[in-house]
Amino acid sequence: MRHRINIRRYPGFLPVTILCLVVLYAPLLVVMVYSFNDSLSITRWGGFSFRWYMDIFTGPESAKFKDAAWNSLTIALSAAVASTIIATAAAVAMVRGGAFRGKALNLALISMPIMVPEIVTAVATLVFFSAIGFTLGYLSILVAHIVFCIPFAYLPIAARLQGIDGSYEEAAQDLYASRFQAFLRVLMPLMAPGILAGFLLAFIISLDDFIITNFIKGAGIETLPTAIFGAVKQGIKPNIMALSTLMLSVSIIIVTLSYFISRYGRPGTKAEA
Amino acid sequence: MAAELASTRAVSRTFEPVRAPLLIPTWVIIGFFLVAPVLMMLAYSFLTKEFRGGVIWEFSLAAYDQFIFDRGLFGDEPPQIEWTYIVIFVRSIIQAGVATLLCLIIGFPTAYFIATRPRATRSMWLFLVTVPYWVNLLIRTVSMKFLIRDNGPLNEALLGLGVINEPIALINTDFAVQLGLFYSYLPFMVLPIYASVERYDFALSEAAADLYANRWTILRRVILPIVRPGIVAGCILVFVPSLGAFLAPDLLGGAKNFLIGSLIEEQFKGNAGNWPFGAAASMILLSLVLIALFIYARRQARRSAQAL
Repeated sequence: MRHRINIRRYPGFLPVTILCLVVLYAPLLVVMVYSFNDSLSITRWGGFSFRWYMDIFTGPESAKFKDAAWNSLTIALSAAVASTIIATAAAVAMVRGGAFRGKALNLALISMPIMVPEIVTAVATLVFFSAIGFTLGYLSILVAHIVFCIPFAYLPIAARLQGIDGSYEEAAQDLYASRFQAFLRVLMPLMAPGILAGFLLAFIISLDDFIITNFIKGAGIETLPTAIFGAVKQGIKPNIMALSTLMLSVSIIIVTLSYFISRYGRPGTKAEA
Repeated sequence: MAAELASTRAVSRTFEPVRAPLLIPTWVIIGFFLVAPVLMMLAYSFLTKEFRGGVIWEFSLAAYDQFIFDRGLFGDEPPQIEWTYIVIFVRSIIQAGVATLLCLIIGFPTAYFIATRPRATRSMWLFLVTVPYWVNLLIRTVSMKFLIRDNGPLNEALLGLGVINEPIALINTDFAVQLGLFYSYLPFMVLPIYASVERYDFALSEAAADLYANRWTILRRVILPIVRPGIVAGCILVFVPSLGAFLAPDLLGGAKNFLIGSLIEEQFKGNAGNWPFGAAASMILLSLVLIALFIYARRQARRSAQAL
């Protein structure tokens, strides 16, 4: 029994893991640190300051950033709400709808936005919108975002629903609850952590998107990623690093929240015991 | 056995009668705004190009022809293979392949290490690996560019430490693109491998050790064959998005590292746009991706058939 601990361990795997984490975090940390650099040059360190954070809120480009942030947030919020509702309905049908012909096809349809390369989705949507005369702008971005948010919302919701015993809603129906009441009063509260996780994922995915948005946004409207991309084309400026730091902090806070929500509400811990 | 019975009984069909109405929103949204556009691209790839963007509704194989042949297969002179676009595709496949390999070399030990942690700390390690994935891809790529540029922090640090005498030119190289792709998709490699290693029964390692296999023999002959489905899944999850990636090649690779993503983009953004050609390139890319996914799905199906 003495070799038991030894054979599980491989020398070198811990250093590789640490290297992996360093590679993952070093670029982000460097940008975070340099966003507090009180210098016009991005190379030299000129002391600690908040001047670039002031610059994004009050500087010459602040109006542009504010509009972009507003567009990004409202699109992400609307796309996340819409895709979460659609995905919840789909998950209930797929997980609680029994076996049916075309189930695999339905699953393929739901996961299609993940499978098609983003650049192909982007150009196809652009060509399609111009063919049907859909004006490029806020609405076209929103519609495209709803499409690619659906699978990301679906996965955690369906996973959660699979872990919930069917006897709950059956018991509710035995007690004369209608199907809709059984869903609203019994199933949905049980699914809540999955729905919330799906919503947050969809929200981040929408906030994150650059490629598809960049193609179908049309002239005169920007989201934060497209505004950053436009600015970075002329070189990385310190105010962009401040903006990036704010955005990556928001993402990390949301992900951390959703991590704790899903840990808190994980089903099946009792069943395992 | 009892558990299986219990689980089949637990599957509720409460919502079977309303299944179709519940699925209709998905059909409408994805069907109209994704399936239809992709089918339209397929059609466009067989049409004639309109100058300055757009198409003429006239059947033509010119787009695919242009992709492969110099003056076109049906020209006067004997056709010659046009290598430009083939080279771009091959280079994209190589870049995606190297990025996948990098992810595997770093991702496997990481996933293994995490899977052998005590149960309580595993999810914390996994969380640490996945958090950067949720940060905006554009911001991550820009950060990487900032870090590795010629007079950036990485070179400054290495110069300061005396490791190098002059800055290493990393930016605008193939390696920078591979590094960017690796950085973009590493969690996709770690998660499926982690899931397979976590299910691995270490009694097998012990049995092998009792038969005098050393650690590395156990890894090669016992662990790797068993966790292979996880490795294959990870490789596909990294390779597929790397193939059509746009940001890493565009921001880190510079102008001479032209890959599929930029080739397609150029056809629809610039003035010199050739829509049928861009559509054809998109369809070829989509076919490559679907072939990779199809091979994977078939292998999975065969494996589960064997398991029965």
